[in-house]
Amino acid sequence: MIGRARFAFTVLGFGYAFLYLPLALVMIYSFNESRLVTVWGGFSMKWWSALFANEAMLQAAWLSIRIAFVSATAAAIIGLAAGYALARAPRFPGRGLFGGLVIAPMVMPEVVMGISMLLLFVGAERLFGGPERGFLTIAIAHATFSIAFVAIVVQARLADFDRSLEEAAMDLGATPWVTFLTVTLPLIAPAVASGWLLAFTLSLDDLIMTQFVAGAQSQTLPMRVYSSVRLGVDPQINVLATVVVAVAACALVLSGWLTRRKV
Amino acid sequence: MDDREDGPVSGAIVKIKGLTKRFGAVTAVDNVDLEVAPGELFALLGGSGCGKTTLLRLLAGFETPDAGRIFIDGQDMTGVPPHLRPVNMMFQSYALFPHMNVAENVGYGLRREGVAKAETTTRVADVLEQVRLADYAQRRPAQLSGGQRQRVALARALVKRPKILLLDEPLAALDRKLREGTRFELVRLQEQLGLTFVMVTHDQEEAMSMATRLAVMNAGRIAQVGTPHEVYERPTSRFVADFIGVANILKIEGGWLALRPEKIALSAERPGLANVVAGKIVDIAYEGDRSLYRIATDGAVMIVSTAPNLSHRRGDSVWLGWAADAGHPLDA
Amino acid sequence: MRFVIALPFLWLGIFFLLPFALVLAIALGTNAPDSVPPVELGIGLKSFTLLFTDDLYLAAWLTSLRIAATSTLVTLLFGYLMAYAIARAAPERRPLLLMLVVLPFWTSFLIRVYAWMGLLDENGLLNQFLRWSGIATDPGTILGTEWAVHLGIVYAYLPFMVLPLYAVLEKLDMSLLEAAADLGARPFAAFLTITLPLSLPGIVAGCLLVFIPAVGEFVIPDLLGGTDTLMIGKVLWDEFFTNADWPLASAVAICLLVLLAGPIALFQHQQARSLERRT
Repeated sequence: MIGRARFAFTVLGFGYAFLYLPLALVMIYSFNESRLVTVWGGFSMKWWSALFANEAMLQAAWLSIRIAFVSATAAAIIGLAAGYALARAPRFPGRGLFGGLVIAPMVMPEVVMGISMLLLFVGAERLFGGPERGFLTIAIAHATFSIAFVAIVVQARLADFDRSLEEAAMDLGATPWVTFLTVTLPLIAPAVASGWLLAFTLSLDDLIMTQFVAGAQSQTLPMRVYSSVRLGVDPQINVLATVVVAVAACALVLSGWLTRRKV
Repeated sequence: MDDREDGPVSGAIVKIKGLTKRFGAVTAVDNVDLEVAPGELFALLGGSGCGKTTLLRLLAGFETPDAGRIFIDGQDMTGVPPHLRPVNMMFQSYALFPHMNVAENVGYGLRREGVAKAETTTRVADVLEQVRLADYAQRRPAQLSGGQRQRVALARALVKRPKILLLDEPLAALDRKLREGTRFELVRLQEQLGLTFVMVTHDQEEAMSMATRLAVMNAGRIAQVGTPHEVYERPTSRFVADFIGVANILKIEGGWLALRPEKIALSAERPGLANVVAGKIVDIAYEGDRSLYRIATDGAVMIVSTAPNLSHRRGDSVWLGWAADAGHPLDA
Repeated sequence: MRFVIALPFLWLGIFFLLPFALVLAIALGTNAPDSVPPVELGIGLKSFTLLFTDDLYLAAWLTSLRIAATSTLVTLLFGYLMAYAIARAAPERRPLLLMLVVLPFWTSFLIRVYAWMGLLDENGLLNQFLRWSGIATDPGTILGTEWAVHLGIVYAYLPFMVLPLYAVLEKLDMSLLEAAADLGARPFAAFLTITLPLSLPGIVAGCLLVFIPAVGEFVIPDLLGGTDTLMIGKVLWDEFFTNADWPLASAVAICLLVLLAGPIALFQHQQARSLERRT
């Protein structure tokens, strides 16, 4: 028994070290005086001030945040519908296709989704004269692949849902729609919210699809990071990494708290 | 009198005709006819899988029948969705809304009806008084005990003054002591309010002690309908005789005979009764006010229930006797 | 309910399914560098034949499949051990342990890959460590090799593997293993005959969640791999952005779709079944 516990401890220890060491190092080096990540030159906050003065970066970050907000909200609504349909609708014609459409974006390689959405927007531009590639197209693309994640979370929550609560509501005179609004939705709201958070994070971070469907004007944060990083290690990116990890940690803790609350 | 099928009940508040419900290959409710009179506490009794819960759910509107009709207070309610039926259900799991407090739970149905706020508050307070939960109005279900939750569920259904209250295994989730107290409560409430209750239970003691009339169900069909007394004294089939209480089933010429244990006399000497048989005591179950004796006779093991006689021991040879009309002939 | 189904169906139909038809249309067209967009529509299989006859592209296909497969296996091994350890931990610790695995997933993918760049550099910390500890006096540069790509994929996709495995292992009824032991099975035998088969759905889900996107990976080979590591995702990207050869890029996309259609369908089937089991 002790042997088993020690084995588990070693496995997890090694696993977490593997997962966190690179991030930890990057975070530590954001305070490095020297530009290099190979040499420690002393403690310094200069890269922090540099990043927060970096207009281009800040603009890109703001754009990313706005896009993430919009796409997450769209994904949450559509994903809620999709998750609900999958969990509750009995056989309907096309259910297999429906399920496939909802789930596939989760595993589809982004390059494939990217090129296909770009071609759609190009085609739309030729046929209808718009939308112009930028905020809207990026938001649409992000929402599309986030739907799957929200749907999965909602579906799982509904599977555990006590249906006798809905039956009781109907028994007491609530129509199916009112039942959903007054009983089901309040109780699955935490799951939907955590799905929203996930969609937000995914949108904030997306590179490939964004690269395909962005216009010439729009530069999201990942796009900026990518162009900087291709040239090598950049200390400002280290700082950014630290910020991102902190934000992600908060978002994750919030999401965990939301899903664990038994209202 | 033929007790197997229910004769027409005048002014029946529930009339079920030819009701059938299938789930895939399984027929849960098989061509059932049933009538419930207003003001009755009617029990649907049977083992698991006999169809009683399905029948209840069909009444509530949570299942749609494959065949047959359901009439509630004279109106055809077949196919009418649950939120439009004048019936309310008390769920086995209580199904209290966790995100609302007791008062909000109880008032839910009234809000759906569009009842004015002031009236809702009054009616909720009144019904909570009746179930003795007036002080718990602001609590959440999670903060209540099992018995209290049940009373909230009851209050929530009663406040709507339904024509029929459906109860799904109302005592199953309670512990023994609470169960007995609640039994009396439910019967008292039903009589006091003059409502019709339709109750599902697998516990025959419960059904017998609470119901004005009951239906014994088996494999989707009704085996017998009647008052507890009728069903006990005059079972129509071996199934019913065996299900309700304890019965000795004897093979007689042309059929079967049900003989209740308390109708048999146990003595050391041969008694001068119409039917007599000799046997040996195989087992004695002492229950305080009576003892159950298992006697091995020539034919089969018989069970006799009588006041405890400590002089009888296991292995003793005894005589069993019963009157000519003590047994009840069975049709099936 | 019909509206509830229609909304996602319409959205995904327009923005997910319909575009694939367009991709096919473009893939069948020919490259026309002077027009906007640079495609001349028609029915031609030139792009497709090129993809399957040119050695470079064939190598890219094989490399992608090979790397994705090996990375998936390594991730499976690693992920299974971690998921198992977490599932067997004290119940009050599990949420935290799980959260620690998921947190990297919520952090920027790009930044996580970037983090390895510094580590794997010639004078990066990994090499520094190897030299300092005496394990290797002259370790070559890992950055820019296939090893780095493998490492990157395992690192990036580990949470995807751990989560479905954990979900399955956590539900495992301990009394089954106790029964096995009672009947004479040694711990490892019990694992092979009871735990492993019962965790199969999780294994399949996790492997698909890693393998399918890994085949089309772009960022990891681009940042961590060298010019030798040519994966098909990079081919698509280069053809589209660098060469502006839309038909060829589209053809790659179509081929990827066809190649992955099977696994994707398997994944969807898996998901549907696991939902049925829950309700």
